[in-house]
Amino acid sequence: MSCWQTVQDYALRSVGIGERLLPREDFTLCEQFTLIGSGMIWNIYFGLVALLAGFFLATALAMGKASHNRLLRKPSEWFIFLFRGSPLFIQFFFAYFLFLSLKGVSSVFDPFTSAGLGAAVVLFFNTAAYTGEIFYGALLSIPRGDLEAADAYGFSGWKKFRKISWPTMLRLAWPAYTNEAIFLFHATTLVYFSGFPAWQQRGDALYYASYFADKTFNPFIPYPILAMYFILFTLSVVGVFGLINRRLNRHLPAERRSKLRLRPNLLR
Amino acid sequence: MKKLLLATAALALSAGMASAETIRLGTEGAYEPWNYINDKGEVDGFERELGDELCKRTELTCEWVTNEWDSIIPNLVSGNYDAIIAGMSITAERAEVIDFTTNYTPPDPSAYLAMTPDVDVESAVISAQTSTIQASFVAEHGWTLVEFATPEETIAAVRNGEADAVLADKSYLAPFAAEEDDLVLLEREEQIGGGVGMGFRKSDTELKAKFDAAIQSMKDDGTLNALIAKWEVASTF
Amino acid sequence: MFNFCTDPDTLPKLEWFACYLTTGKHMGFYFSFGTVLLLLAITAPAALLFGFGGASAARARFLPLRWFGKAYISIVRGVPDIAFFLFFVIALDQGFEWMRHKVKCPDWDQPIRQGNDFVVCAQAKLPLGTAPQWVHETYGFSLAVLTFAIVFGAFSANVIYGAMRAVPKAQIETAEAYGMSRRQTFWRILVPQMWVFALPGLSNLWMVLIKATPLLFLLGVEDIVYWARNLGGTANPRFTDYPHADWRMWYFLALLVFYLLFTKVSELVLDRIMRRLSHGQDTAAGEAQRRAAGGPP
Repeated sequence: MSCWQTVQDYALRSVGIGERLLPREDFTLCEQFTLIGSGMIWNIYFGLVALLAGFFLATALAMGKASHNRLLRKPSEWFIFLFRGSPLFIQFFFAYFLFLSLKGVSSVFDPFTSAGLGAAVVLFFNTAAYTGEIFYGALLSIPRGDLEAADAYGFSGWKKFRKISWPTMLRLAWPAYTNEAIFLFHATTLVYFSGFPAWQQRGDALYYASYFADKTFNPFIPYPILAMYFILFTLSVVGVFGLINRRLNRHLPAERRSKLRLRPNLLR
Repeated sequence: MKKLLLATAALALSAGMASAETIRLGTEGAYEPWNYINDKGEVDGFERELGDELCKRTELTCEWVTNEWDSIIPNLVSGNYDAIIAGMSITAERAEVIDFTTNYTPPDPSAYLAMTPDVDVESAVISAQTSTIQASFVAEHGWTLVEFATPEETIAAVRNGEADAVLADKSYLAPFAAEEDDLVLLEREEQIGGGVGMGFRKSDTELKAKFDAAIQSMKDDGTLNALIAKWEVASTF
Repeated sequence: MFNFCTDPDTLPKLEWFACYLTTGKHMGFYFSFGTVLLLLAITAPAALLFGFGGASAARARFLPLRWFGKAYISIVRGVPDIAFFLFFVIALDQGFEWMRHKVKCPDWDQPIRQGNDFVVCAQAKLPLGTAPQWVHETYGFSLAVLTFAIVFGAFSANVIYGAMRAVPKAQIETAEAYGMSRRQTFWRILVPQMWVFALPGLSNLWMVLIKATPLLFLLGVEDIVYWARNLGGTANPRFTDYPHADWRMWYFLALLVFYLLFTKVSELVLDRIMRRLSHGQDTAAGEAQRRAAGGPP
């Protein structure tokens, strides 16, 4: 079987399109590359969904934690503490358990026990908590001068937040947020590994990598392939975030731009 | 090969190990009644007793090591222990990488455990542990397969309705069916795998031969059948 | 454990639990908390050392060394830690044995790779085949520590590298104006001052490291998650004196509490260190401390 044929058969296997049976013997490098790459679809899906949704919740959590109102502050603090303070692995376990019991209450919750939705929700909360803490730190380190200038221009409430606090917060938090995004994409490998079941052998990149490791009894080929995919993907994440960073900092004079980019606060 | 064993023996002697050579047995420790961790925190079960008896007959000192199922073969070929004794079915795939002794239990069917006895497995959702022969079996037949990381979770999935039935070794499922009223074994059974044997590195032919002889002697004098019956792991020879 | 534990079936609830929670298996569980804490205690300084080395290499003037430092940081950071753990320990172990084999058995005439088998001479085995079990366990534990240190070393190298560049340029220039050599500037000015910039990142890394410990079971170390799974699963009366249903939930709840408490304590300690490090520094926090102490505005 030619490699191109393999790609046609297995490139979308992880979402259930193409050849149903996984390769059984005489595993070629081409098959390993194709299927592990196919699994990356799930890793990217989980990462993107959680990152996009998490961004908004994180902003809200950061505002809540910085708020003077106890009713807003305490829940945000607890949310962040709970999700930052426990391993993702345990969060998956409890979430799966919770979704199962909710399923008994109402059929609305049926789709939540599948990884596609359930794990995405957990990752969403998890990254929102981490990002919320990063944003909170950034919110506190907004230069006082910026806020005073906003007051002097007569900005208040929503306008001040939209035009001054929020952009500055993002600018300050961006390097750390880039790191959080990398960690999140790495964390997506835990979904099928210890959290949610895999249906019809549709899994993420790690699922297929361990499938091959199990069939060939040789861990030294599939896992490095997986690592290679992730290195490439991490580099592109860093690239995209770098572009956004440039845009966020475009109003600054040239030498201050690079200085801000290297601010290491809250890197993790 | 002879050279290697001689060298090992010489080393054992020079190191003052006058008595017996020590070998390490790798097992999983999470698969009752084959092997599990007992209340005292030690490896116990059918294979513990079997292994200890085999070591007595081969005049070797044996030490027990537990290892994750997923990496149990890579760790053997890499030399972290000398034999696998973990309820491992003899399959052609595995036999390409490691050498199996003759089987110490007959090839036994796998069974289904479900909430009701009238499940049609071909249209139902079947749960199985990832990277077991049962998971491959369901996948090859094109039935609906849902995989979990541990055997515990595959049964939990049937209880909470995620799956209609679980496919696994009958000896593993039978205690659940016996103990709990809501779970039953289906009548249908599947013949997968070729009995259970010990696994050795392909380069360790002499060690394997010793254990082959010991297993054969236990088969001949009936002690193996007695052990199988005691632990209810399989049918007898 | 207790005298009355001989026949658990007949015991009232409280005594039953007293016996159940003190079985040898549970002792293994409690012991594993110590294992995890010990691992963290050794890994943290080791990772810091790797990080310091990596960061120094990444800013070295010698080109190959700089490439090495940068490659280490970006490659290891790019790979998910699970993927790394799944093959790296075996590779590391084989690497060590291969080196010992080359040194100790120079006249060995058989191939080391025989098909899938990895065969080295008996003297090169790590640990020796004759070694007692605890040596094997300690060796496995050290491999785990080393692997963790390499992975988290890359992350801390990244943080330290950033922190070194965040030290105000004026400080370096002043040092040079005083006639300090490059080496002196590095050790006397840069290193002492960078910590305050590195600490927020490093403390975050510490939090991540704590939460990576459930992956220890992949490295063959019997950690708390391994035991929680093993103890929590349905216990059949045929195989135990203490049968129970699926109790994984309660065991995981205990783990959750442990991790939350540990995080809380870490936060308190790290806050205190940060306050001490900020003392006298030219940063917002240092300035705030100075004012609070009644210094001139």
